[in-house]
Amino acid sequence: MNDGKPVESLIRLENLCKHFGTGATRITAVESVTFSVGPGEVLGFLGPNGAGKSTTMKMLTGYLPPTSGRAIVCGRDVQTDPMWVKERVGYLPEGAPAYPDMTPESFLKFCARVRGLTGRAGHEAVSRAVALTHLEGVLRQPIETLSKGFKRRVGLAQAVLHRPPVLVMDEPTDGLDPNQKHEVRRLIRDMAREGGRAIVLSTHILEEVEAVCTRVVVIARGRVVADSTPASLAARSRYRGAVTLSLSPPAGRSPLDVLSALDEAAQVEDLGTARTPAGELVTYTVLPRAGKDLLAAVERAARTNDWKVDQMRLEPGRLDDVFRDLTGGASR
Amino acid sequence: MMRGCTAILRRELAGYFVTPVAYIFIVIFLALTGVFTFELGGFFDAGQADLRSFFTFHPWLYVCLIPAVAMRLWAEERRGGTLELLSTLPVTRAGAVLGKFLAAWVFVGLALALTFPMWITVNFLGEPDNGAILTGYVGSLLMAGGFLSVGACVSAATRSQVIAFIVSVVVCLGFLLAGYPAVIDFFKGWAPASVVDAVASLSFLTRFDAMAKGVIDARDIVFFGSLIAVCLTLNGLLLDAGKGD
Repeated sequence: MNDGKPVESLIRLENLCKHFGTGATRITAVESVTFSVGPGEVLGFLGPNGAGKSTTMKMLTGYLPPTSGRAIVCGRDVQTDPMWVKERVGYLPEGAPAYPDMTPESFLKFCARVRGLTGRAGHEAVSRAVALTHLEGVLRQPIETLSKGFKRRVGLAQAVLHRPPVLVMDEPTDGLDPNQKHEVRRLIRDMAREGGRAIVLSTHILEEVEAVCTRVVVIARGRVVADSTPASLAARSRYRGAVTLSLSPPAGRSPLDVLSALDEAAQVEDLGTARTPAGELVTYTVLPRAGKDLLAAVERAARTNDWKVDQMRLEPGRLDDVFRDLTGGASR
Repeated sequence: MMRGCTAILRRELAGYFVTPVAYIFIVIFLALTGVFTFELGGFFDAGQADLRSFFTFHPWLYVCLIPAVAMRLWAEERRGGTLELLSTLPVTRAGAVLGKFLAAWVFVGLALALTFPMWITVNFLGEPDNGAILTGYVGSLLMAGGFLSVGACVSAATRSQVIAFIVSVVVCLGFLLAGYPAVIDFFKGWAPASVVDAVASLSFLTRFDAMAKGVIDARDIVFFGSLIAVCLTLNGLLLDAGKGD
């Protein structure tokens, strides 16, 4: 496969564009998207609703033909070799659609058969996927009677059935409760650990990116606006190096005045007063001036003013802040 | 080319039987064939050992019942989002379209086969021409395939099963009535003879009548075969349209 050359990136999108409609009613869903994903990477595909995430994924998995540009999976173009590519891709469409009348068992068997996994191989593939997604308890229940969390797991089981080198998931945790979200993220990490696989998952939940992704691509209005690691993206935040501290309200000078007067502080945000078991606490976030050691300065101020500090935290940067900056704070 | 066809056929066919749909359809189909044959068709009054009165009403039964079988084929996939899943599995479009169509056809064929007591009855009562009866069954199955392909094609165009049902009934009725004197007379008034002939040749009724009498003509088989081929091709094309929503 691939003329014996090593496949460097399992997914390569080249100037992928998608327009819907023609003439005056033409809508550009995806303007020009280019990025690639290598083995072992978990790429978080991030963007506000309507930014073109789902459309891009639909082109990547061969559901929609691109207006222009190419989607290349394992070295071959999705448009020219659709069957070849579809054999190597596991896809969880948005909302994890499945046949409601079927049971997870019969549904997974059907998917296995379609993928050419019959007999023993089919049985093994289904058992493996069931074990990975913990579906043992609901195998014989109609899918329509399952909870959202279980339905999502059925979708995931279907996507990993054939151990695909490329796994694409559209909003895998959308609409789930916090426990289910946690569970699905754990599953995604397990799948990533199986090795050599390229995983793309779309989301608009930033904590998810920090929880599972090794890389992040941000898309807005159909264009890629950032492509880096979650940490370095967060580092772009103006909160990078900021100090957040909680303290008991002192008798003397207001902490707000003291902190604002620091040379190293660019701005101080008053996060208000909270009653905690430790007593009343006021919280401030101090944003740093570039190149200054803010933490040391705040510590000094706390010592000199004899503050009773309950908590002090150095911020690594806030992804949601960067996200808002990059995507213009608005979706279409 | 036909990849995934058998897997889809098996899934679809099993799908009919996991819900009450299949049983209700079969019971109603058998009950109505009985009513039509004995009450309206005057099976006993005719005093003839054949199944003419049985077959005569098949086209009318099919007009209502076949669209009910076909309506869910694609509309349900569209509404449930499973069309996206199906389209991203390694299944060819042709395989999927054919698999679903064949499953529905096998199902209707099964319902038709369950009318065998009719055949036993007539053999018990007299000495019918069993060749003619077999031809009638083949004709009925072919006609059912024609109706089904129309229904599948309409179902591919919409997300709503109700719309799929109503439109299919109307289109199927059109095919049935094309050969009716009233329709032909309507066209005769103003259309050129070639148009009148073309409309009349679309008629299921004329073609089926001959087969119900035991006369099988290669042209009828070609007609139903090409109708099915055209409808299923269109079905495939319609699936690609409107994917963007």
